[in-house]
Amino acid sequence: MRPQQPAQARPDVRARQSGQARPDGTCTVTFDGRPLEARPGQTVAAALWAAGVTAWRTTRRAGRPRGVFCGIGVCFDCLVTVNGSPNQRACLVPVRPGDVIGVQEGTGRDDD
Amino acid sequence: MTERPRLAVVGAGPAGLAGALAAAARGVDVTLVDAAGRPGGQFHRQPSPALGAPPRQGHTWERLRTGLDRHRVTHLTEHHVWCVQRDSMSFLVHALLGPAQDEGVSLRADAVLLATGGHEYVLPFPGWTLPGVITAGGAQAMLKGERVLPGRHVVVAGTGPLLLPVATGLAAAGAEVAALVESADPGAVPRRFPDLLVRPDKLAEGAGYAVRLLRHRVRILTRHTVVAAHGTDRLEAVTVAPLSPGGRSLRILCDTLAVGHGMLPGTDLAETLGCTLTGTAVRVDAEQRTDVPGAWAAGETTGIGGAALALAEGHIAGRSAAARLYGRTPDPAGWAPAARARSRLRRFFAAVDAVCAPPPGRAGSVPDDTVVCRCEEVTAGEVRTAVSTLGATDARSAKLLTRAGMGWCQGRMCGPAVAALTGCPLTPGRRPFARPVPLGVLAALPDPDAPAP
Repeated sequence: MRPQQPAQARPDVRARQSGQARPDGTCTVTFDGRPLEARPGQTVAAALWAAGVTAWRTTRRAGRPRGVFCGIGVCFDCLVTVNGSPNQRACLVPVRPGDVIGVQEGTGRDDD
Repeated sequence: MTERPRLAVVGAGPAGLAGALAAAARGVDVTLVDAAGRPGGQFHRQPSPALGAPPRQGHTWERLRTGLDRHRVTHLTEHHVWCVQRDSMSFLVHALLGPAQDEGVSLRADAVLLATGGHEYVLPFPGWTLPGVITAGGAQAMLKGERVLPGRHVVVAGTGPLLLPVATGLAAAGAEVAALVESADPGAVPRRFPDLLVRPDKLAEGAGYAVRLLRHRVRILTRHTVVAAHGTDRLEAVTVAPLSPGGRSLRILCDTLAVGHGMLPGTDLAETLGCTLTGTAVRVDAEQRTDVPGAWAAGETTGIGGAALALAEGHIAGRSAAARLYGRTPDPAGWAPAARARSRLRRFFAAVDAVCAPPPGRAGSVPDDTVVCRCEEVTAGEVRTAVSTLGATDARSAKLLTRAGMGWCQGRMCGPAVAALTGCPLTPGRRPFARPVPLGVLAALPDPDAPAP
């Protein structure tokens, strides 16, 4: 059994700590280290757009910013790193509570 | 025979749903395989359950959705089909599972219906890779499915019937649509009236959108095109130029450009199966059969024509497949209304295509320093050099010399532009893998030459 939360901890704080959805259906994820409010099940791209973020990748050759282009999983422009895995299509991948989302630079791996 | 014949339907958009329901209602064991988490495809894309929003209403959608339950169609969601193989007796449908797509699954069927839809293409212009520039269909998908906008001040541009609902939807969702920029000439419409009037309801639909745009005070510029998008790390403005001589260019401030020049059929699975194409679309007969026995095709994959045409084609394909799978010759009289709708809609959309062709020569005249291949960051100048000094005569040799079309999207985005720059017609992509497949999934496939255990 889990130890009881301190009485003063608000549900949203507890949710943030445990990576769970809050009663109002929102959850917290991080984007480049800062917390963002998101809804579990919405796409990563939607969560980022809703937070005013429109670019989350830099290209391999010129280092230019990119975000959503086709929005339906065809163009691969919206690649993003989620929980350490690079090359995830932000327009397809659903948000889970506690996701660690990061800008993908180049290939998203250390070898480039 | 005690076991029902099995039909695998690839794609749960209007064509796939109509086909699945028509076949299942006639006793076929139907498995509907689709990449999305919910049925509907792009046209009937439903709001994400995360939003808690009510599903989109509509008679057709309601009929399709309830039909899925009633006819006990097996619906495999989040199955990204990457290849359909045919052996002596049956078909093998290979899919990747879930959003991670790092695990594979294969299913057998006696016949397949390919309803793989299509995707939008955008002809390049300076600045089209800036964040904030998105496809018109992408803007609509994000709005329908997720209720989000990438900005507040939007320009909708390009050509084709999709621009009208996209601009209307964005305006209704609260975006300030600064302009709808359509390259087509409305003066060309009357010449096509005989063809367009075969579906007056579709004409009225278009007029309805136009009225709503005027009500939202959206400025409509015809015979104009976006020639450049401006901004450093994000879109800030576009330059719109008239296509007729003498007019003046104008700069419009915006943080979002939703742009599209048309659609291309998704033919990867059909091509790998060996189906013959006509131009860029899968060739089908009056029963929607491809020339590969046991493989049917319907919807945008057989030619772009919208959801109503996809429904008619899918219905015919499902009925034909059901009859053939039970060893009967189908009676086309049974699907006469769908066949009538199909011929009228094909005629209507051929006329729309003729009116809404992207301005000729524009893709070929894009400046040298403009990126055409977004994945591999290949510029127009590099493709031109491959043609002028290295002797590339088609898109394939241009790709081998420059990497244009060799990246993640496998040329789906840049194909039309690279073809225009090399001065050859757009040819189908010939992609044996319809999506990236992890090597581990390939390694785990059973060896077809191994003796049966």
